[in-house]
Amino acid sequence: MLDARGQIRRLPGVRLWLSGGWLALLVLAAIFAPLISPHDPLAQDLFAGRLPPVWEQGSDPAFLLGTDSLGRDVLSRMLYGARLALIVALVAGTLTCLIGATLGLIAGFFRGWADLIISRLIDIWMAFPPVLFAILLIAVIGTGLTSVIVAIVVIDWTRFARVVRAEAMSQGAMDYVASAQVAGRGRLGTAMTEILPNVLPTIVALLTLEMGIAIIVEAILSFVNLSISTDQPTWGGMIAEGRASIYQAWWVLVFPLFTLFLTVLSFSQFGEGLKEHFDPVLR
Amino acid sequence: MQIARALITRLITTLVTLLGAAVIVFVVIRVVPGNPIAMMLPPGATDADIDRLKALYGLDKSILEQFWIWIGNVVQGDFGMSITLRQPVYDLVIGRLPATLELSILALLIAVFLGGAAALTATLYRGTKIEGGIDVAGGVALSLPDFLWGLALILVLGVLWPLFHISGRVSPSLGFEFGSNFYLFEALARLQFNVVGDLIAHMLMPALALAIPLAAIILQLLKQSLKECMHDDYITLARTKGYSESSIILRDALPNAILPTLTLIGVQFTFLIGGTVIIERLFSYEGLGNMAIDAVINRDLPLIQGIVLVFALLFTLVNLVVDMTYAALNPRLRHA
Repeated sequence: MLDARGQIRRLPGVRLWLSGGWLALLVLAAIFAPLISPHDPLAQDLFAGRLPPVWEQGSDPAFLLGTDSLGRDVLSRMLYGARLALIVALVAGTLTCLIGATLGLIAGFFRGWADLIISRLIDIWMAFPPVLFAILLIAVIGTGLTSVIVAIVVIDWTRFARVVRAEAMSQGAMDYVASAQVAGRGRLGTAMTEILPNVLPTIVALLTLEMGIAIIVEAILSFVNLSISTDQPTWGGMIAEGRASIYQAWWVLVFPLFTLFLTVLSFSQFGEGLKEHFDPVLR
Repeated sequence: MQIARALITRLITTLVTLLGAAVIVFVVIRVVPGNPIAMMLPPGATDADIDRLKALYGLDKSILEQFWIWIGNVVQGDFGMSITLRQPVYDLVIGRLPATLELSILALLIAVFLGGAAALTATLYRGTKIEGGIDVAGGVALSLPDFLWGLALILVLGVLWPLFHISGRVSPSLGFEFGSNFYLFEALARLQFNVVGDLIAHMLMPALALAIPLAAIILQLLKQSLKECMHDDYITLARTKGYSESSIILRDALPNAILPTLTLIGVQFTFLIGGTVIIERLFSYEGLGNMAIDAVINRDLPLIQGIVLVFALLFTLVNLVVDMTYAALNPRLRHA
């Protein structure tokens, strides 16, 4: 048992470092993409189409990870794609979190008619397949970075609202909240100083999870050709192209897919690690 | 009597949810840019033509009136005509729904099997490296969504080792005439096992992609419940009677630990159905979700409306059934 416990306690550290390390690397790659990209991500060279990565036969050392069907450098496109992925993750994730958590806190702690309306809205939202909802929204408001972010916020605020509402409700029923009320603290003050700090670890874990989800939603929208725009390299767009030419050029799919895998995994593991690190009960 | 009252409240909220969903679908569709009437008329049409067509589709009335007419038609099963496919939306949706249902149910079965087996194995070998390995695999499975699993499966089982088909629902070369749109059920019922094999070879990868994240959720919850059960007195009793560990877990712990997992599976099933939209697209599987994406891209408003509403109906019905089953199974609610 002691052994097992020791392992459990060591695990979050490793998890935080590995996932945090990958995310840090990604942020650096995104910031310095123009400096470190070997090629212009949009430059087409039809004579250099579908070149395999350097360790394969028939490759060109100038294109480390090969080229796509239009002769664009896969590595450079991935580096520039990281920029859009991270912008979507940070902006959409944070906005979703702010809106969803606020509504959840209002519903769970203040109850009454606000809870009635918010809960009903959550029910209605849960009646739609999220991907279809997002695609429909993009079709209505048009493609582009802002539209993608708006679509993510609109479809996913319920994830925060549901969890925070439930947490705020259970925290609100506890004695320390009653004591704060007896001590003469107002409802709003109680919500901000007593409830919010106790729900925060959960919110943080959800936030990083949401960042990963935002990247996935962007990739899915790119996949059905409804995302940012066709002349911006995105991982989803690359994956869509790779899926179409999978038998001729596997590398166009494999590298962006692997990056997406690691990134989404890192976001969720980073959140879990943070939660364990900060949760006083688990610690 | 309390249970009857709870039932009625639940039915009313379900209706409110459905009505809300209908309002949202209606509103979203109305703000789509582009005039559907203009798209239906030839270039030389006069204002009178436009007005006549508007009257025909009821577009000259107020928004509220349009909504009530539309809802009235929908309740009677009249979803209008698809603009691009020129067929009644109802027929199109009913034609495609079986494909999506079969895929979802197959995925659910796979998820229950994988998740259940993993949870039982981890409980049997608790405290060993096997449990650790299952935990890590479950963590990874849970962190990545169906879309990524689908792509990974295409790479591994479709290209690297091409064991299964990466697109479609059935091989046309089979030349098999189906009498219904429930291909898999029909082939099973008619004992056409070569057809069943072909269908499974098409459905296995999309179903697996949908199943993997759900299997991980089932694994985590069931394992947790089993762990709690293993400290109970009746387990100690069974042990002193000399039963083997595996038979104790299966016979004594599992029936006591399974209720929370069953509820969770019900709730998660709607998420799984929602996942079919992009998974069907990824595997070119001819279901409702794939048709929905085409409808959005072609701006086929009546078809989008119909499909989204059918999904909403399906989701609320699944949730309703889950709640009722839970009430029926849970003795505390039953005798309240």
